[in-house]
Amino acid sequence: MNDDIFILGITMTKFGKHPDKDAVDLGAEAAMNALADGGVTMADMGVLAAGNLMNAAAGFGQQLQKQIGQTGIPVFNVVNACATGATALRTAIMAVKAGECDMGLAVGVENLAGAGLLAGGFGKPDGHTWEPSGRYGAVAPVDGRIGTDTMPGTFAQVGMEYLHEHAYSGEAFEMFAKISEKNHSHSTLNPLAAYNKLMTLEEIMGDIMIAYPNTRPMCSANCDGGAAAVVVSAEKLKTLSLEQQRRAVKVSASVLTSDPYTEGCQVLPDVNTLTRSAATQAYEEAGVGPDDLDLVELHDCFATAELVHYDNLKLCEEGGAVEFFESGATWRDGDMPVNVSGGLQSKGHPISATGIANIWEVCHHLRGEAGDRQIEGATVGLAHVIGLGSACGVHILEKAA
Amino acid sequence: MTTETVARIPLVDYLVLEDPPHLVAHECTSCGARFFDRRNACASCFGTEFRSAELPTEGELVSFTIVSFAAPGVPVPFVAGVIDLDGTTVRGNIVNTEPDTEHVTLGMKVRLTTFSIGSDDNGVEAVAFGFEPAS
Repeated sequence: MNDDIFILGITMTKFGKHPDKDAVDLGAEAAMNALADGGVTMADMGVLAAGNLMNAAAGFGQQLQKQIGQTGIPVFNVVNACATGATALRTAIMAVKAGECDMGLAVGVENLAGAGLLAGGFGKPDGHTWEPSGRYGAVAPVDGRIGTDTMPGTFAQVGMEYLHEHAYSGEAFEMFAKISEKNHSHSTLNPLAAYNKLMTLEEIMGDIMIAYPNTRPMCSANCDGGAAAVVVSAEKLKTLSLEQQRRAVKVSASVLTSDPYTEGCQVLPDVNTLTRSAATQAYEEAGVGPDDLDLVELHDCFATAELVHYDNLKLCEEGGAVEFFESGATWRDGDMPVNVSGGLQSKGHPISATGIANIWEVCHHLRGEAGDRQIEGATVGLAHVIGLGSACGVHILEKAA
Repeated sequence: MTTETVARIPLVDYLVLEDPPHLVAHECTSCGARFFDRRNACASCFGTEFRSAELPTEGELVSFTIVSFAAPGVPVPFVAGVIDLDGTTVRGNIVNTEPDTEHVTLGMKVRLTTFSIGSDDNGVEAVAFGFEPAS
C-alpha cells in the first residue's frame, strides 16, 4: 500500500474546435504530452484509466493504447457524466494507492464542438394513441410539459433555489451575470481556453437567453479537448530525477462521492450535499482548510452553479455565497481566486477532459508555470467537478516540499 | 349507467384526475420518503413497503427558470418550477401567468391546475398538470 500520491506529469490540449482530430487523436496528444511532461513512457505505466462519455461503449482506453503503446496493462474505461475525467484520475490513484502498481495514466477526452443541448427534448412526437410508458406511465413526452430536462434550465433552478433558501432580494440576473463576467475576464489570460475574449456585463446580459437567468455566455461552452495525468507513488518518485521530484505535485486529497438521498433530489438534482460531503472529506484527508487554499477551480457549468459551490466547498460562510462573491474575493486578485482558467464558461467543457483539465490548471500554478495568469506563490489548490446524476470529485493539490 | 362523453387519461400516472385533481406519491411506510416512480427499496432507508400518499394541491414556488431555448418541438418560453407542497417537492410548469420575472417570483404561492394537451385517434383526451399563481 502506498500512502502519498503525486502528479508526475499532466497536460491539457487546447480546448476549442478540432475538426481534424477525433477522440483518439486528442486523447493520444494529451496522453503523450502528459508522459513527456513527467519524463516517463508507456513502459512505466501500470494502469490506464480512460474516459470518453460520448463513445462510452467503444473501449476508448484500448483504442488509445493502440495509438500510443500496447503493453498489456489493465485498462479501466470509466463513465461518470461530467465527472468522468476526475473518476479516471481517481481510479488511477486508487490503483497506485492500493500498491497494485507505482505509476498510472488517466486520460479524459471529448469531441463536443457544435453540440447543442445535451439533454431534454421530446425524442419522439406525440403518438396517435395515448399509451402510458416509462417509469412515470407518461402518455407523451414530459420535457417542457412538466418542468425542464435541459442542463441550462436544471442548473438555473439550482442557483435560484439557493437564492430562495437564503432570502436574496437583489437583482438575480445581474448578480449571476457578474460571475460570468469574472470568468470571461479571467479567460483572456488563458491561451488554451476555447474562448478568451473579454465580455462586458452588458454583453453577457444582452446575449441570447437560454434559461433565465443563464444567457449563452453564462453556459459552459461545448468544445473539443483532452487532458491527461500521470500519477506516481511517493516511494517511486524518490527514485526519479531531482527535476521530476521538484515538479511533482502532491495529491493531498482525492475524493469521489455520489449523491446521498435528500428530499426533493428526484425532482431537482441535489448537487449540494455530495459536493459538501466531498469537500469535508477532502479537507480532512489533506489536513488543510478552505483558508489555506490559494486557488480553486470549481465546476461552473453555468454561472448559477458557481455560486452554490462557493458555499458547498466552504469557501464562504454557510448561506453567504452572494456576499462572498460581491466582496470580490473570487476574482484573480481577490483572497480566494476561483476559476482563473476562465472556467467552463470560457475555457470550455469537453466533458470527460474537464475533471483532469481543472487539476492541470491548479498544478500549473503550483509549479509556477502559469505565465501571465500565475497566482503568485500558490502552494495549495482545490479542483472540483460535478457530474449530474450525480458524481462529485474533489482533489486538493499541494506544491511538493 | 353513466355516459362519459370524453374519456380522459393523465399525462403521468402520479396525476389523479378525480375532482379535485391532485398528485399522488409512493410513500415509504418506514421513513415517509416519497417517490413518483416505483422503487424496489426506499432510497433513504432501504425499506421495501410503500403506501399511496395524496399530495396537497397548494404550495410554494421554491425555484424556477424561464426556458427560452429548448429541444425542437418544445414550445418556448415556459416557466419550469420546483414547488414545495407542504414538505414534498414536485416539479411542474408555472402556467396561467406571463412567463417573466414580474409575474413569477421566488416564494410565490401556487396551486395545481390541469389542462388538456389534446385528444388521440380514439378521442381520448390527455390531461397534464401545472401550477398557477394562488394570489
